[in-house]
Amino acid sequence: MRRFIIRRFVFSLVSIVIATLAVFLLSRAQGDPLLLYATSGYGLTAESEAALRKKLALDRPVPVQYALWLGRTLKGDMGETILDRKPVARVVLARLPSTLHLGAAAFFLSFLVGIPLGVLSAVKRGTIWDYIGRFFALLGQAVPQFWLGLVLIMLFAVNWQIFPAGLKGEGLWDVKYLVLPTITLASSGFAFYMRITRTAMLEVLDSEYVRLSRAKGVGNNKVIWKHAFKNAFIQPLTGMTLGLTFFLTGSVLVETIFAWPGMGQMAITAVNNNDFPVLQGVVFFFTILFVGMTFITDLLYAYIDPRIRYD
Amino acid sequence: MAQQADIQIKNSASETGKSVEQRTVLKRGIAAQALYVVRRWPIIPLIVMAILLIAGIFAPLLAPADPTQQSLAFRNYPPTWGAERPEFNTAPDPADYDMSITKERSAFNRAKKSTFARSVYILGADNLGRDVFSRVIYGARISLEVTAYALTTGIIVGSLMGIVSGYFGGWTDEILMRLVDVWLALPFILIALVVAQQFISTGGAAKGVVIFLITLVAWTAFVRQVRADVLTIRGQEYVAAAKVAGASSLRIILKHILPGTYSTILVVASLRVGQLILTESTLSFLGAGIPDPIPAWGKSVSDGRQFIEEAWWISFWPGFAIFLVVMSLNFFGDWLRDRLDPKLRQLD
Repeated sequence: MRRFIIRRFVFSLVSIVIATLAVFLLSRAQGDPLLLYATSGYGLTAESEAALRKKLALDRPVPVQYALWLGRTLKGDMGETILDRKPVARVVLARLPSTLHLGAAAFFLSFLVGIPLGVLSAVKRGTIWDYIGRFFALLGQAVPQFWLGLVLIMLFAVNWQIFPAGLKGEGLWDVKYLVLPTITLASSGFAFYMRITRTAMLEVLDSEYVRLSRAKGVGNNKVIWKHAFKNAFIQPLTGMTLGLTFFLTGSVLVETIFAWPGMGQMAITAVNNNDFPVLQGVVFFFTILFVGMTFITDLLYAYIDPRIRYD
Repeated sequence: MAQQADIQIKNSASETGKSVEQRTVLKRGIAAQALYVVRRWPIIPLIVMAILLIAGIFAPLLAPADPTQQSLAFRNYPPTWGAERPEFNTAPDPADYDMSITKERSAFNRAKKSTFARSVYILGADNLGRDVFSRVIYGARISLEVTAYALTTGIIVGSLMGIVSGYFGGWTDEILMRLVDVWLALPFILIALVVAQQFISTGGAAKGVVIFLITLVAWTAFVRQVRADVLTIRGQEYVAAAKVAGASSLRIILKHILPGTYSTILVVASLRVGQLILTESTLSFLGAGIPDPIPAWGKSVSDGRQFIEEAWWISFWPGFAIFLVVMSLNFFGDWLRDRLDPKLRQLD
């Protein structure tokens, strides 16, 4: 068990390094970052250019630059944004709560709708409920999130004017602003959880011990929730990792569409401005979030399901 | 479909002069049979896929207009299906060029009041007066092209790695599988954006770049599934027999292992296609896809974003096309998996 944890941990670290390194190399290939200063109205003299080059370590080879960046980042200093010279760590971290807020809302929505629907669909297999559930799952899997978001805006914000078309409300519970982005972001996650729950539930319902408990005269509800669901729940719980990809990729899209002030929106702006320290910071936090969650679910998996191999 | 069958039966029954009871029994039988066929075979997805293919291949013949041709008079022109269609492209009113009054008297506004001759924009025109329907048809072509190349490359690379990983095992396997794991942990969208940005700023090669980016997501699924297959096949006795007979590794892989993975590859490919189309359109929506004059679906949706209040059709139809196509492909993939490879069922 300990070996398993250590291995997963080392693997997580490697993932973070590779992700940030990839983005670092790619953004450096995009031309001289100092041109940004020249074009953004800073007016560089030869001396100040040399000084900046030295300060940003742009005169060193790229791998050294990356090592320097990594070293400084671990100390909590991620450099300054190019355009308005604010500390990157603070700028990105200020956006983190918004992204987590939206992500958590979407996660709970998709989990809370997807899993019961998956159970319902499996228990009432072959009936109209099953078809409705599977149809919605198919819908959620296939609908492009950017389009769903726009359609929701068309209907609820433009046509009926029930919800605002974008931006984020004050505080955690300003639900009005949260509804449309959450539904959009939850669409694919919901489909994923529903399908995975349905499959797991069907498998368990078919097993010997469920049949035995039915034969012993256990009530239907008790069989479903206490015997079958308990085991089937392992699947969606550990599938969370896969589901998380939806939320991370999705948040970039959904935040752009709904002008939600999160890290995803910031990343898009940073890409368009070639503001590489910001991009670097966003990717760093995104990867940490993702890898961290993966690590936790791996541990959860090992803890919940004793059948997993530790090698 | 069922209706057609009914009509046929009615005709044949009246010809042969069977009794009414016999006819209803026969009718019900055929109707039920038709329903059975619809349930058992993915008819609707197949139709959608056929339309996609035909639209993609014969786009220049099918599209009523040039998808890149702009027209000032028909900016944000609403869909006119079912309405009368006078000649295409009536001469624009000079008032349309006058920016000061165009808001009051634009083609769009006059069309809304039905005082303006309607043209053949059956799905409307976009913000530059380009025919949305033609753009959707040409978009099918782009999607098909990008996805086909990316998927083929993905299949070759992924399956090859899966076979190598499964057959040789040991360190090779370990390294390749960890590579897949790390790959899946990368924030792909952001990386793709950075790459695309770079190429677009230098101009050119954009289609190749997009294909490359989609390939980056396409290959991983094949590695795992093919590897699992190879692990099973490798333990079979006929492989051991081939080894004893002195066959080289290459021969064993090509002759004895590869054919056994075909159905898995087919199923995984059919399950992945939809997702690849979705990824392509997502990139294109974010501006990292194929550059502007080419009418990619995602790009068209993004074009209409600003005009959502006055011209919903610009974004709606291309997005709906993506949705329909991806849904059909996913449905078909599920069906194919259930038919060919029931053991993959538990993996979705």
